[in-house]
Amino acid sequence: MALLEERKKQIATVVGANQLELDCGKKSLAGSVSQRACVFCGSRVVLYPVTDALHLIHGPVGCAAYTWDIRGSLSSGPEINRLSFTTDLREKDVVFGGEPKLYSALCELIDAYKPEAAFVYSTCIVGVIGDDVDAICRRVSAEKGIDVLPVMSEGFNGTKKDGYKVACEALAKLVGTTDVAVPEFSINILGDFNLAGELWMLKDYYEKMGVNLVATITGDARIHQIRNAHKAKLNVVQCSGSMIHLAKHMKEVYGIPFIKVSYFGIEDMSDALYEVASFFKAPELMQKAQDLVREELKDLLPALAPYKKILQGKKAAIYVGGAFKAISLVKALRLIGISTVVVGSQTGNKEDYDLLKQLCDDGTIMVDDSNPVELSEFVKEKSADLFIGGVKERPIAHKLGLGFCDHNHERKEALAGYLGMLNFAKEVHATVMSPVWKFTKKGRK
Amino acid sequence: MLLRHTKKASESIERKGLTINPAKTCQPVGAMYAALGVHGCLPHSHGSQGCCSYHRTALTRHYKEPVMAATSSFTEGSSVFGGQANLLQGLSNIYSIYEPDIVAIHSTCLSETIGDDLGQIVGKARVEGQIPEGKHAVYAATPSYVGSHVTGFSNMVKGIIDYFAYKTEEVKKQLNILPGWVEPSDMREIKRMLKMMKVKYVMLPDTSDVLDEPMTGKFKMFPEGGTTIPQMASMGDSIKTIALGEWCSKDSAIHLENKCKVPFHIADMPIGIKATDRFVQVVAKAFRISVPDSLTKERGRLVDAIVDMQQYLFGKRVALFGDPDQCISLTEFLVDMGMKPVYIVSGTPGKAFEKRMASILDKKVPEAKYMNGERADLFLLHQWIKDEGVDLIIGNTYGKYIARDENIPFLRFGFPILDRIGHSYFPTVGYMGGLRLLEKMLSLIMDHEDATVAEEKFELVM
Repeated sequence: MALLEERKKQIATVVGANQLELDCGKKSLAGSVSQRACVFCGSRVVLYPVTDALHLIHGPVGCAAYTWDIRGSLSSGPEINRLSFTTDLREKDVVFGGEPKLYSALCELIDAYKPEAAFVYSTCIVGVIGDDVDAICRRVSAEKGIDVLPVMSEGFNGTKKDGYKVACEALAKLVGTTDVAVPEFSINILGDFNLAGELWMLKDYYEKMGVNLVATITGDARIHQIRNAHKAKLNVVQCSGSMIHLAKHMKEVYGIPFIKVSYFGIEDMSDALYEVASFFKAPELMQKAQDLVREELKDLLPALAPYKKILQGKKAAIYVGGAFKAISLVKALRLIGISTVVVGSQTGNKEDYDLLKQLCDDGTIMVDDSNPVELSEFVKEKSADLFIGGVKERPIAHKLGLGFCDHNHERKEALAGYLGMLNFAKEVHATVMSPVWKFTKKGRK
Repeated sequence: MLLRHTKKASESIERKGLTINPAKTCQPVGAMYAALGVHGCLPHSHGSQGCCSYHRTALTRHYKEPVMAATSSFTEGSSVFGGQANLLQGLSNIYSIYEPDIVAIHSTCLSETIGDDLGQIVGKARVEGQIPEGKHAVYAATPSYVGSHVTGFSNMVKGIIDYFAYKTEEVKKQLNILPGWVEPSDMREIKRMLKMMKVKYVMLPDTSDVLDEPMTGKFKMFPEGGTTIPQMASMGDSIKTIALGEWCSKDSAIHLENKCKVPFHIADMPIGIKATDRFVQVVAKAFRISVPDSLTKERGRLVDAIVDMQQYLFGKRVALFGDPDQCISLTEFLVDMGMKPVYIVSGTPGKAFEKRMASILDKKVPEAKYMNGERADLFLLHQWIKDEGVDLIIGNTYGKYIARDENIPFLRFGFPILDRIGHSYFPTVGYMGGLRLLEKMLSLIMDHEDATVAEEKFELVM
């Protein structure tokens, strides 16, 4: 396969102790069919699950159209976040400025819906035509008496990862704006977006342990919870790429420590509970956590066994948004007898890739910011049976005759927690063992 | 909760600057779709990385197929100094890694606003060798703040024609068919009809065998289908261009006439009986042939089915949203079946919309409301429906919220369809397409009746 010189450093094969450093955190090459997105996309996905806020997209219609109800982040209450609001900038606005339109759109929205707060997303051209989004937000905020938060997410201003940071900055402005007392063992969950109701499972686990959740940011989030988030004693951060900035900010300003966890797979899920228990140094919490894990595993392990038996020896390729998630996936797959032969991410950092290297078997291909041509070559080379990725990888995997599991926005079943592990095994089993593969050329061979 | 946020039109919220739940998207995705219908062509988005990612995602979700496109990956630097360096480097990378024959570049709101001139940059790339000998690069300006996704489609087709079509001494007895933004299945169906009529043609673009690829166990960056370079070149020598859809195809047809003196005829998209009749007639006339029996029989079967089922269709109130070319033909079809298209919205601007709708509806469905352009969005459509209900909603997947909220049967039609399959495989154009639309509408209306009617009225035979 033709590889550009510049790309070679972003691909490595795990070979014993002396491994090549993976060159990550780089901007994508111009002209690549990258699977990555932009700053706006990063901010939008992170803030989207704040269910009782207005989300107004200031820009041409596309940015709003493509992010209308984009992820299966479930709400237990308000759903105004699922509507698509935009200023639909036209040529005349680009020439004369979009501020009047933004002002009137914001006022119209706030009058109609009386939301708890509003996020205003700035898109590429807003940055270029010089609309003072900040000033409009301040003005409307003063006039209407609610928080109107600018999200400076011009698409070209970095990668999706930078968008996470911008979103965290907007959230940080809300944190600390109320002071309601909370119980002693109180935490915030950061970086779970309640896809397929996963957050509700976690909430249930923590509450069974006797731990109170102050704010969930941003899965099923409410503005008033975010305002009070600084009252928690600990931030439990998943998907560290997206929420780490907020966790660091809260540590700096409010002295709240954070731990990084993952909820995928038995080991990581259990660790996420134990670590919270040990943080509070309360034996009763640890006892309850251990009881909970024991109780869950009593049913789960026997339920997993038949899947492991069938799937033993199958090979998987993983290409996901962040490398931290990939680490959990490698472990979860191992639990059901599947080895990982290709692993990569759009936006992984050095730390995560180093961990992955320790974890993966020799010969595993590791790749940062890949493209479809590379991915399909690697998958063929390693004769994988299963691909785990997002929306753009699915049809490629299927065309190659591989089973596919969506571990991104399009997951339909909860994959986190103990039940999630079983769902994951079922989903992997269904796709890898589907009878349809016998009709494909690969199957006929 | 989801759509309880919509209020009746009669207690309308004041809207000057606000669009809610848009019935359109922006130009570049149309340009990308058009370019995918050219063989060996890689679409390229000249802008931020997100644009390309969003368009690929939308098309992937709609077709359940890999959609390949590259991006200039703008940075803060490019937004200040211009995107020329990104595009030059991008082109050079694309030709060496992915090896397309053609790169079809479209701009974005960002590159347009900072003033990048695609023509000048592509010219420079040709001189400096970023575009290798024997390879091609076409381009179209597609600012997201003008028109809609339909405009982007039209602009890209025009850009492709501008580059490839040329006139030689020899006149070719073939038609140029500009199908407009229809599905791969529709393009396949139009080709089938042309073959029945024994007419030679070049279709541009043609996404059949590109976005409906069979499962082979191989991933092909450039699938088999798509209009080829020799075909596109020969368009300048064709006897006539038949441009389907004023919004999708008119500009390209005019451009081809100006450039190569190929006369054109603008026809409606062949959806429904009358529009298909007109299409068939214009093809027959251009080629001086009579309509084959086999095609007349297909028409007869469609009319027969409508006759048989008219009692379930007559007077049914329909809300419709989508792109203007589709909406116009479909509205006419609905009226021809005795149905009442009472509400129609399209986010795509263009004055001809109102005129055409008026001519179809004013006499036959005087109560009809229609609107296009800014603020002609799904919020407005929902408000109208809340004021007075309908029996059927027709439109893309985003209509499902209204359908659920109001418990109204919903026919998925248009772009994007994110939650069902079928559009890639079963056409809605031509007489057979009409039959499919009819069958779908009837099933929806009758299933709804079966599910909701009082038990004593529940019928075995319908």
